[in-house]
Amino acid sequence: MKAVIDVKRFDPENNSKEYFQKYELDVDESSTILDALIKIREDLDGTLALRCSCRASICGSCGMRVNGSAKLVCKTRLVDISPEGEKVQVEPLGNMPVIKDLVVDMNPFWNKVKQVRPFMMPENTEPEGEYIASNESMTHLVDVMNCIMCGACVSDCTALEVDESFIGPAALAKAYRFVADPRDDKSKDRLKYLNKNSGVWDCTRCYACVEVCPKGVAPMERIMKMRDLAIEEGFKNTSGYRHTKSFVNSVGRLGRLDEAKLALTSVGFFNIFGLIDLAFVGLKALVRGKLPPILPHKAESSENIKKIVNKIEKKKV
Amino acid sequence: MSKHDLLIIGAGLAGLRAAVEGVRQGLSVAVITKVHPVRSHSNAAQGGINAALTDRGDDWKDHAFSTIKGSDYLADQDAVEIMCKEAGDALIELEHMGVIFSRDDEGKLGTRAFGGQKKARTFFVGAITGSAMLHVLYEQSVKYNLSIYEEWFVTKLVKIDGKCVGVIAIDMKTGKVESISAKSVVIATGGAGRVFEPSTNAIICTGDGLSLALRAGAELMDTEMIQYHPTTLAGNGILLSEAARGEGAYLINSENERFMEKYAPDYMELASRDVVSRSEQIEIDEGRGIDGCVLLDMRHLGKNFIEERLGYLQEVATEFMGIDLSEKPIPIKPGMHYIMGGIKTDFNGATSVPGLYAAGECANVSVHGANRLGANSLLDTVVFGRRSAVNSVEWVKSNEFIEIPDEILISEKNRFQSLFDKPSSGIRPGKIRLEMAEAMTKGIGVWRDEKSINNAWEKVKDIRSDYDNIYLDDKGKIYNTDLIGALELDFMIDVAESICAGAKARKESRGAHFRTDLKERDDKNWLKHTLVEKNDDGFIVKTSDVKITDWEPEERVY
Ligand SMILES: Cc1cc2nc3c(=O)[nH]c(=O)nc-3n(C[C@H](O)[C@H](O)[C@H](O)COP(=O)(O)OP(=O)(O)OC[C@H]3O[C@@H](n4cnc5c(N)ncnc54)[C@H](O)[C@@H]3O)c2cc1C
Ligand code: SF4
Ligand code: SF4
Ligand code: FES
Repeated sequence: MKAVIDVKRFDPENNSKEYFQKYELDVDESSTILDALIKIREDLDGTLALRCSCRASICGSCGMRVNGSAKLVCKTRLVDISPEGEKVQVEPLGNMPVIKDLVVDMNPFWNKVKQVRPFMMPENTEPEGEYIASNESMTHLVDVMNCIMCGACVSDCTALEVDESFIGPAALAKAYRFVADPRDDKSKDRLKYLNKNSGVWDCTRCYACVEVCPKGVAPMERIMKMRDLAIEEGFKNTSGYRHTKSFVNSVGRLGRLDEAKLALTSVGFFNIFGLIDLAFVGLKALVRGKLPPILPHKAESSENIKKIVNKIEKKKV
Repeated sequence: MSKHDLLIIGAGLAGLRAAVEGVRQGLSVAVITKVHPVRSHSNAAQGGINAALTDRGDDWKDHAFSTIKGSDYLADQDAVEIMCKEAGDALIELEHMGVIFSRDDEGKLGTRAFGGQKKARTFFVGAITGSAMLHVLYEQSVKYNLSIYEEWFVTKLVKIDGKCVGVIAIDMKTGKVESISAKSVVIATGGAGRVFEPSTNAIICTGDGLSLALRAGAELMDTEMIQYHPTTLAGNGILLSEAARGEGAYLINSENERFMEKYAPDYMELASRDVVSRSEQIEIDEGRGIDGCVLLDMRHLGKNFIEERLGYLQEVATEFMGIDLSEKPIPIKPGMHYIMGGIKTDFNGATSVPGLYAAGECANVSVHGANRLGANSLLDTVVFGRRSAVNSVEWVKSNEFIEIPDEILISEKNRFQSLFDKPSSGIRPGKIRLEMAEAMTKGIGVWRDEKSINNAWEKVKDIRSDYDNIYLDDKGKIYNTDLIGALELDFMIDVAESICAGAKARKESRGAHFRTDLKERDDKNWLKHTLVEKNDDGFIVKTSDVKITDWEPEERVY
């Protein structure tokens, strides 16, 4: 079968700009994109740099963008991506600096993993044998342990794209693994830390991480779970919590969102600096004609919406 | 030049476990690794780790006997005793570090059955045991703030006055070549699967450490003992764990027969790996296979069970073969998987070179002898990884740093330059790697004989001379995988020759080394280890005695 692979190249030593190079080659019907890239490197062009190792979606080396979305290339078969031999575009992962060709600098990634203190912190002396814990309380964590640190989620995370300081989906999923581990005694401290800026509330819930994760880790769901846990622990002094609360209040009261008030309550009425920031945003929005109405109007079916919201809120208690 | 008391080459389970111990023992420790630690091939281990826990009514002696019988009596029994006695503590320690093992109804760690053992004593995390363990050891390395040379490739061990005093390595991200001095060095570089094709091993498993050790004058032991795993995918060699059979999967032939009945009526699918692989090969050779494979049948286990306990296997089967294991049996065949042989060490990890230690798959203690039991390798890595660090403390305390002279560094740099300078009319390294690896699989396979071994060895020698004519496309410094690939091939050629040398020397059949021209085990002459050394005349083979404690060799029936 014929394959046409368009690879984004970058060679820092030749001070070149990024460019695309097209390779045409014959591959087996069962070939993965990784097989094709290795073949290119061995037969056509030994200057092509990429990382790969296990060939079996377990080592996390081969994360790359394929036709614009992050994937493990060892797990992606060519026929599935390009059944008619269409051109396949391969680029390095996003949100990370490129070292050469398809090899990115993962240091920012690992630094964030380190930032969440990714190791067990038991308080009391360890038991003589294993910790006794129900299978149910542990096995769901295996889904998170499935994470192979490939960086696909980080590559495509929309929050990271605009804010480099965001801890990001992979590190937050890792954090969840400890927060939810019954053997770890620092859950509360961990939540307190993750509750700060750059933590769980910075996720925009765009769902990209859940979609691209090749191992079903579903980072966004872990992040949402930690938001709930943080609130349960009583950490309410965050823009995120206030945002959620105001969201619910607004919809419960008006049957729609009061965006102006939402922004104000999220930042906090007593947060002078935050309010000044917000004023700038407000001015910009005004200039572009995008400022939400100051006096909100009610939505038509608002009564029904209010009923739904209030019902859910009651159920929660 | 940087200096460390203890420098560990390799960040797989053996390397990281050694590193954590070194830090706990108060040494200044660094780990050097050609890939990020969690990319090490330990992450591929699926099935589990063995331990006989007394509070579960198990006995380390039973584990030891299964291991020794599995080894076809080639394991050193004193080393096996140590491994099996320390298994419980090693396992519980991993649990305390944070590994999320599967549990039983009482909330204690649960087990599954594995090959070559009657008692279920394999502890596991779904079908991602190695990955779960490796990530936890990496977490520990973060906790201890371990210094790690990440994506650095070691090209040479430096020996001065007969002692190992450090390494020369390339920083792959910048291309810089540097010397790093250390009072003691632990080699924990893992397996050598790429010397064969296909193999269950990763692309990085090129046996670098074996060649580094050989070149530093250390001995390799029982190199001919290559494990062919009974259940690998035909095309790419990817593994489907023994856990499948441990959980009840059947092996069937084209006539829908559970053929293991004929070969191992007592243990059936859970006989030792060498036995099962040979049985499959007989079925295939005698025409009861399907396209060179037999079938692994898991349909009776049910979809939920498969997805919960063997999720990764289902993932592999669907992704690579388009097969849902709960609906269809999957074609599998024996495939190269593991090297029982390796750098000869005592049970404290010490090699024959002072200051040099080895642990993990690259080492041979020997606890696996002629055939390793499934789930004993992960155990080997943590037990002997730890011991190698403990044992190096004495050495570190009684020795001073020795500066590595610039000449050594310069001569290494020149070696790399000469690769860059070769004319572009030559051969690409990848091409001859494949030729060599296919010849090795053919010659040193499930079956072998004098002729096939000679053929393989001749081919490897040809490849060695072809190597002079390779050329590199990439002449750059930054992340030059072309150069690394060529240096790996150079190591692999040594490893391949030492395997051929061992195989040719052992004139009997034992465990994984089955010679069709010498079918019987010969305890009178060959209850012995083969020891391979490399000197100016080539590869020299000697022998040494096997340590027997309580278990006299018996006929091996499953
Ligand atoms: C698919 C598969 C499944 C398996 N399943 C099981 C199982 O269920 N149970 C079991 O007990 N065993 C299993 N095994 C075997 C077991 O996983 C391995 O033997 C073991 O993990 C090897 O660990 P290690 O620490 O010795 O080496 P590895 O984990 O392979 O680590 C080697 C390290 O050395 C480094 N390195 C190598 N060369 C250089 C160099 N030149 N310079 C710098 N660094 C270098 C690498 O970067 C890496 O960090 C399995 C093996 C495979 C292939
Ligand atoms: S859901 Fe949140 S964490 Fe996930 S990609 Fe979107 S912004 Fe990032
Ligand atoms: S969460 Fe998924 S996508 Fe993100 S690093 Fe882990 S395995 Fe990769
Ligand atoms: S090569 Fe290991 S995940 Fe793709």
